[in-house]
Amino acid sequence: MISLNDTTMRLLLAAVVVLPLLGAGAALLPAPPGLRGPGGRDRDVLRHGVTVTGAVLVLTLLLAAGFDHDRPADIQAESDLRWIPALDVRLHLGVDGISLPLLVLTALLTFLCALHTYFRPPQGPDAPGPIPFVALLLLLEAGTLATFAALDLVLFFLAFETVLIPMYFLIARWGGAERAAAAWKFILYTVVGSVVMLLGLLLIGVRGGTFDMVALAEANGAGLSHTTQLLAVLAIGLGLAVKTPMWPLHSWLPDAHTAAPTTGSVLLAGVLLKMGTYGLVRIALPIAPEGMHTFAPYLGAFAAAGIVYGSLACLALVRQGAGGDLKRLIAYSSVGHMGFVLLGIATLTRGGVNGALFANVAHGLITGLLFFLVGALKERVGTTDLDRLTNVTLYARSPRFGGLLAFTAIASLGLPGLAGFWGELLAMLGAFHPADGLSRPAFLIYLALAGLGTLLTAAYLLLVVRRVCMGDARDEPLQDLRAPEYAAFAPLAVLTVLAGLWPAVLLDLTNPAVAALLPGVAR
Amino acid sequence: MNLTQNVDWAVVAPPLIAAVTAVVVLIADLFLPAARRPLLGWLAAGGLALAAVALLPLRDGDRTTFCLADDPALCAYTADRFAVIVQLLVLGGAFLAALLSIPETADDDIPGGEFWFLLLSSASGAALLPAARDLATLIIALEVTTLPAYALVGLRRGSRTGPEAALKFFLTSVTATAVALLGVSFVYAAGGSLFFAELATALPGGDPQLATLAEAGVALTLVGFAFKAAAVPFHFWVPETYLGAPLPVAGYLSVVGKAAGLAGLALVTTLAFPGYGDLWGPALGLLAGLTMTVGNAAALRTDPDAPHSAVRLLAWSSVGQAGYLLVPLAAAAYTDHGEALGATVAYALMYAAVNLGAFAVVAQVARRHSERRLSDFRGLYARRPLSALALAFFLLCLAGLPPGVVGLFAKVAVFEAAVDGGLGVLAVVMAINVAIALFYYLRWTALLFRAPPEPAPAGPATAAPVAVAAPLTGAIGLAAAAALAFSGAPQLILTFVSTSLI
Repeated sequence: MISLNDTTMRLLLAAVVVLPLLGAGAALLPAPPGLRGPGGRDRDVLRHGVTVTGAVLVLTLLLAAGFDHDRPADIQAESDLRWIPALDVRLHLGVDGISLPLLVLTALLTFLCALHTYFRPPQGPDAPGPIPFVALLLLLEAGTLATFAALDLVLFFLAFETVLIPMYFLIARWGGAERAAAAWKFILYTVVGSVVMLLGLLLIGVRGGTFDMVALAEANGAGLSHTTQLLAVLAIGLGLAVKTPMWPLHSWLPDAHTAAPTTGSVLLAGVLLKMGTYGLVRIALPIAPEGMHTFAPYLGAFAAAGIVYGSLACLALVRQGAGGDLKRLIAYSSVGHMGFVLLGIATLTRGGVNGALFANVAHGLITGLLFFLVGALKERVGTTDLDRLTNVTLYARSPRFGGLLAFTAIASLGLPGLAGFWGELLAMLGAFHPADGLSRPAFLIYLALAGLGTLLTAAYLLLVVRRVCMGDARDEPLQDLRAPEYAAFAPLAVLTVLAGLWPAVLLDLTNPAVAALLPGVAR
Repeated sequence: MNLTQNVDWAVVAPPLIAAVTAVVVLIADLFLPAARRPLLGWLAAGGLALAAVALLPLRDGDRTTFCLADDPALCAYTADRFAVIVQLLVLGGAFLAALLSIPETADDDIPGGEFWFLLLSSASGAALLPAARDLATLIIALEVTTLPAYALVGLRRGSRTGPEAALKFFLTSVTATAVALLGVSFVYAAGGSLFFAELATALPGGDPQLATLAEAGVALTLVGFAFKAAAVPFHFWVPETYLGAPLPVAGYLSVVGKAAGLAGLALVTTLAFPGYGDLWGPALGLLAGLTMTVGNAAALRTDPDAPHSAVRLLAWSSVGQAGYLLVPLAAAAYTDHGEALGATVAYALMYAAVNLGAFAVVAQVARRHSERRLSDFRGLYARRPLSALALAFFLLCLAGLPPGVVGLFAKVAVFEAAVDGGLGVLAVVMAINVAIALFYYLRWTALLFRAPPEPAPAGPATAAPVAVAAPLTGAIGLAAAAALAFSGAPQLILTFVSTSLI
C-alpha cells in the first residue's frame, strides 16, 4: 500500500514491541508537569494508557500498510541482533503473513481495552487504583506483541512467559468472586505447560544447533532425528495445548474467564489463547514436521472432542435453573471454537491451516466483542448469572445494545457472511481431505463431530439470545449504548463484517506463508 | 627434594586480605572505645571490598602459585577463571552479608569484634577454596570456611535456639568432614598423590587390588562435600541452623557456604576424579533430583502465619535451589566438563545476588516485626513501595519468571546443560520443581501487594517508629542493581556458559 524502506519497517516493528514496555515503566512514575490533566493522577495514568496503546496501534497499522503484500511468505521488517551469545539467543524479530494479522489484532484489542478502562476505571472489592492496572495492561501488550514478532525460540519463550504475571494480577486483584483461586489455576496450568514447552524448545535448539526459527523452519526437520521430533512436538505441543486450551487441558479457562475483569477476559480470549495456536503453526508445524505428522490424528481427536464438549457444556449451562454464568458459557464456547482451530492445524493441509489462522483472528474479534458486551450487560443489570438474566428483554428496553449482542452471537455461531464462518468452513474442508498419510476415515469422523458441534453451537447461542434479548418488556428502559461504548465496540463489529464479506483480506496474507511452512503439500 | 616454594603474593591476595583484616579487626576491638565499635563493621566491609578489588589483576585467569619446585606444573593454588569468578561471588556475597550485619551488631546482644573476626575468617576460607588444587588445601579451606560459621550461628547472647542450632550444625558438619577425610585418605592410598592433576591421571587404573578402595574413597569424599552443600539427604541441619542463626548469618550460609560446598564438589569431580564420571554422574543426578524435590516440597508446606516462616521458606527454597545448582555438575559427567560447570557458576551468581537481596528485605522488615512471619509482608507495597518492588523482583528471579529475566535465563542454561548431557528425566523432574517453586514464590509476591492488614491495637513495641538502616538499604540497592543489570544484559553472567572455565 505505501512503500517504506527496510530500516523504517525494522524500526517500526522494534518500536511496536518496545513502546508498551517503556510505557509500562512510565506508568509507575508521576506524570511530567506538561501532561497533567484534570482529575488527578488516576486520570493521567488512564490517559497515558490510551495514548501508548493508541500509538502502538498506529504503528502496527503503519507496519501493515508498509508490509509488502506481494510476498507475504517472506519475513519482513526483520531485525536480528546478538543478545546472549553464550546461549546463542538473538533479538530476532520480524513479521510475515501469519503474524501480521495477529499483531494488528493484539494492538487493536489492547487499545480498545485501554479506551474502555478510561471510561470505566477498573473496580473491585479491594482493588488498587488504576496505576498498576495500566502498567500491567501495557506489560501484557508488550509480551503478546513480542510473542507474535519473535523469531528466536528462547525469545519466543521469554515473551510467552511475560504475559503470565500481568494476567495473574489482573485476575487476582481486579476480578470478581473466586478470583484468587481462578488466578492460581490459570498460572499453575500455564506454567506447568510452559516449562514442559521449554524442554521441547531446548531439545530442538540443542539437537538442531540453533534457536533461530527461520533457519529451523527452512531446514524443515532435516537434522532432527525422528525421536527428537516426536519428543519435541510432544513437549511443545503440551505447553501450547494448555494455553490454547485443548480439551482436556482446558479447565483453567472457564474459571479464569468467570473471575477476570472485562478487559482481562477480552485480552485472555482475544489474544492470549492465540499464542498457543500461533506457536503450533509457527514452531511445531515447520520445525518438526515428522513429529507433527505422527501426532496429528491425536490432535484432531482432541480437537473434535473439544468442539463437542464445549458446546455440550454450554447447552448444560444455558438450561433454566442450571445456575450458569454467561462469562463461563462464553469461555466454554471458546474451548469449542479453539477446537476448530486445532482441527484445522491437525489436517496438515494448506486449507486447514489457513482456516485455523482465519478462525483464530475471527475468534479474537468476536469473542473479544462478546466479553465487552457481557461486561456492559453486567454494568447495567448487575449480574451475569443466566438464571437471573431471564426476561431482561434487551430488544425492548435497550434495542441497539440487544441488537449488537444478537449480532455478535450470530457471528460466533458461524453465520455465512460474518467472520466466524470462513475459518470453521476451511478447517472442516481440510478435515474432509487431510494430508497424505493421515487416516482419512478418522478425519471424516472428526468432521462429522465438528459438524454436530456447529449445530449445538447454534442451539446454545440462540438460546442465549432468546433468554437475554427477547420477551415482553416489563420494566423501564435500560441505558442503551453510549458513545464511549460505540467507540470500543464498533471497530470489532465492522471488522467482523469485513472479514466475513471479504475473507481474502486475511487469506491472501496467510496462504502464501502457510504454503511456505508446508512444503510438498499440494492442498 | 626441594621444599622451597616461590609464593606470588598478588595471586593469593584475595583470601589473604580477608584474613589479615580479620586479625586487624580482632586487635582493633581491644583498643577501640565502646562508642567507636560500630567502625569495626565498616572496617570489615572495607576489607572484603578490598579483597574483591584484588581480583582485578587476576581476571585473565592464568596465574598460579605454591607450585612444586621440582615440577612447576603441579600447583596447590591456581587462580584460573573458575577460581576468580567463584572468589568474586563469595567475596561479594560476604560483603553484602556484612552490610546486613552492621545494624544487627549495633545491638548489644552480639559481640562485635568476635563476630567480624569470625565472618572475615570464614570468608577468607571460602575465597581460598575455589583456587585449591590439591585435596589437603581443599579440605583445609573448607574447614576454615565452616569452623567460624558454627560460632557465628550461636553467637547471639541470650538466644535459646542459637546454641542448639550451632551444636547441631557443628556435629553434622564435623561428621561430614571426618567422612571426607577418610575418603581423601583412601584416595591418597590408591592414587599416591593429593594433587588433582596427578590423581586425574593415576585414577582409575594402577593397582587393581586398590580399585575398590579408590572408588570408596571417591564416594566418601563426595558425601563430605554434599553435606556442606546441603544436598538431600544430607540437608537436615539447614532449617534449624538458619532459624537459630542471626539473619545475616543465615543469608551468608545460604550463599557463601553453599557456594563453597558446590565449588568443592565441582573441583573434586571434574578435576580430581574425571575418570569416575560413571560413578559420580548418576550419584549427583540423583542428589540433584532429591534435593530440589525435598526442598521445594518443604517450602511449599511452610505455614505463612507461623513464627519465622519467612526465614524457614528462604531456608527450604535455598535447599531447592541447591538442587538446580547440582544439575549441571551431574551433566558434566556426560559432556564437556567446562561448559556444564559454566551453567552452575552463572546460576550461582544470579542466586547469590537475588537471595542475599531477599534476605536484606527480610532483615529490613524484621526490624519492625521481629517474629519474621510471612504474613508480616502483607501490604508491604503500601508501606515501603521500593522495598516491596525489590523483593518482588528477587522472588520472581528465584522463580524464573519475567520480569525476573535473569532467573529465567539461568534456568534455561541449567536446562540446556541437562538436555545436552542427555539427562532428560532429570530435566523433567526439574521442570516440575520449577512449577512447584513458582507457587510459593508467587504466593509471597502476591502477599506484598495485598491490602495492608487492619492496624493492630498499638502496643508499646509497635508504637516506636523504626529507623531506616542505611547499610540495609544499601545492600538491597546493590543486590537490586546487580539483578537488574543481569536481567538487562544476561550475557554478563551467561558468558561463562559458553567458555571453558577450568
